[in-house]
Amino acid sequence: MMRPQRSGALLVMLPPFAWIALFLFLPYCLLFCYSFWTVSEFQQILHHPTLANYAHLFTNPLYLTVILRTLRIALSVVVLSLAIGYPLAFFLAFHSGRHRALLYQAVIIPLWVSYLVRAYAWKVIFGNEGVLNTLLMWSHGTSHPLSFLLYSPFAVIVTLTHIYVPFVVLPVVASLEKIPRELIESSNDLGARPWQTFLRVILPLSLPGVVSGATFALLLSFGDFLAPLLLGGPASVMIANIVANLFGADYNWPLGAAVAVVILNIVVAILSVTQRLERRWRTA
Amino acid sequence: MTAGTDSLEKASADSSGAEVFLQIENVGKSFGAHHVLDSISLSIEQGEFVTLLGESGSGKTTLLRIIAGFETLSAGRIFLEGNRLDLLPPYRRPVHTVFQSYALFPHMNVFDNVAYGLRVRGVGAGEIKSRVHAALARVRMEAFMAHYPRHISGGQKQRVALARALVNEPKVLLLDEPLSALDANLRLEMQRELKALQQDLGITFLFVTHDQSEALAISDRVVLLHQGRIEQSGEPREIYARPRTSYAANFLGKSNLVRGVVRNGIADCRAFSAPVNLPEGPAIFSLRPEAIAPASSASSGSDVRFTAQVVAEQFHGAGTLVTLRCSEEIELTARINAAISNETWGEFAFRAEDLVPLAPEVHES
Repeated sequence: MMRPQRSGALLVMLPPFAWIALFLFLPYCLLFCYSFWTVSEFQQILHHPTLANYAHLFTNPLYLTVILRTLRIALSVVVLSLAIGYPLAFFLAFHSGRHRALLYQAVIIPLWVSYLVRAYAWKVIFGNEGVLNTLLMWSHGTSHPLSFLLYSPFAVIVTLTHIYVPFVVLPVVASLEKIPRELIESSNDLGARPWQTFLRVILPLSLPGVVSGATFALLLSFGDFLAPLLLGGPASVMIANIVANLFGADYNWPLGAAVAVVILNIVVAILSVTQRLERRWRTA
Repeated sequence: MTAGTDSLEKASADSSGAEVFLQIENVGKSFGAHHVLDSISLSIEQGEFVTLLGESGSGKTTLLRIIAGFETLSAGRIFLEGNRLDLLPPYRRPVHTVFQSYALFPHMNVFDNVAYGLRVRGVGAGEIKSRVHAALARVRMEAFMAHYPRHISGGQKQRVALARALVNEPKVLLLDEPLSALDANLRLEMQRELKALQQDLGITFLFVTHDQSEALAISDRVVLLHQGRIEQSGEPREIYARPRTSYAANFLGKSNLVRGVVRNGIADCRAFSAPVNLPEGPAIFSLRPEAIAPASSASSGSDVRFTAQVVAEQFHGAGTLVTLRCSEEIELTARINAAISNETWGEFAFRAEDLVPLAPEVHES
């Protein structure tokens, strides 16, 4: 009985393993190798291992500035997404009644719309001749179009928040729905007012969902390069834009690979922290 | 009943003039056209242990949830010590619930679970500590204060849930099938403990169960619910010995339903005849299996005798359930302690008063 089961299990495991090896592990290995190579003056890749790329990264303040800015933007997106997503998730989980399925779909459907379309939509809203400025000038709110709306970190944060709110809502709804109703009734029964029940029972028990939603928003924003490209100005260049430039226009793959390795490490560090938090709050 | 809309009105006093402790007045609950509860009226005294007994769908849990405040009532009123209870939100009702699933907060340890009700009311830390210790000591869970619910057994969770409710000194404790998840031995032990705790504290217990033996064992009074109505209510011995309907007779234990015709104060049930105090006409009776004994060993006063053949027996440890065939159509079940041999004909007897007349059956369409 043992052997056929084991070989069956192996057979089942093979495709995902092959997939991970081919499309994840191998590219990462290549990236890692590239990060130790350099580019000659004639744009040829020199295969002599050196730490020059990393030295450049850690001594040039530009990279640190951009990474910190990226983190700041990503964290702003997390805070905004939670501020919008948690109440929405709470409503969906507890008060949506018979319209639940419809409202749930309404949260999911934007995910099926192309990212580009949604990013351009904000361009239409925020532009000098855009919806918002036209409306403000027509109502005499301002005499000149507000220029800080578009091509600013603000535009990037708003766009990314819009795009990643569903990623926060879905896990939070899931964790709220997993809370047994009796726990809420029990809290009520023991004399807790609704807000006390929320703070002492509902919120702590929904933290795993909050953490996974926040992790999605944080990491996806951290690696985003389209929003700053389309809606951000020079002051909102993010780290992924640097990578794209290094691999593209600059044709410096080794340096781009080094930046990518650094980003990857940051992401893994964030993930290990959030996973630990999630595990702790899930079992607690 | 006095009708009124003033929320501060007092409950009508009962016949003796004293105020009823917990009064449930014509309470109804319906979901659309479906009536879950149909005009339930019940008066409960302070310190009474009352059990709502019924099968699933009888409305017993709904009634409990209405008293706790988790469900709104569609009709009627509830008074506690003369004040309207049904108008208060659950968190302002001086009643607490022990849930079937215990509903302990998984993110808090045993101490914090028990302290919960005191904390949300703003009781001081020192008082919380002493009261939680006392409550946990009462249910013998003091040693588990730092444990999380996932690390204690079902019986222990049950005790913590009890302590968590009792530490707040509720006027009424509502228990929603609290023992049904426990295994049989632990269940008996917890029944004893619950009863002792209730007598000790003098708190009114309203206990919901579908288990008739549990209801009979721990209650001062059993209220049998059936299809959203009170079928019968009374002290355990009385309700067991004197069922009023065939439903009550069968739900509260095994019973023989015997049909007969009354003429001149004698009920002719074909297998036997017994003196009864009933008007002329057809009648239906309940006869408990343990009321029947072999004539040779029957207690004095067993004046109704009949002959029957033993056609089946089922040993149950404490006794043997014996199927007696009196005639082609009539079979009776008797619980007999003595050894009895199969296939034998014999004379059996019971006391006429054990033949309990039941209300005529209402044929449901």
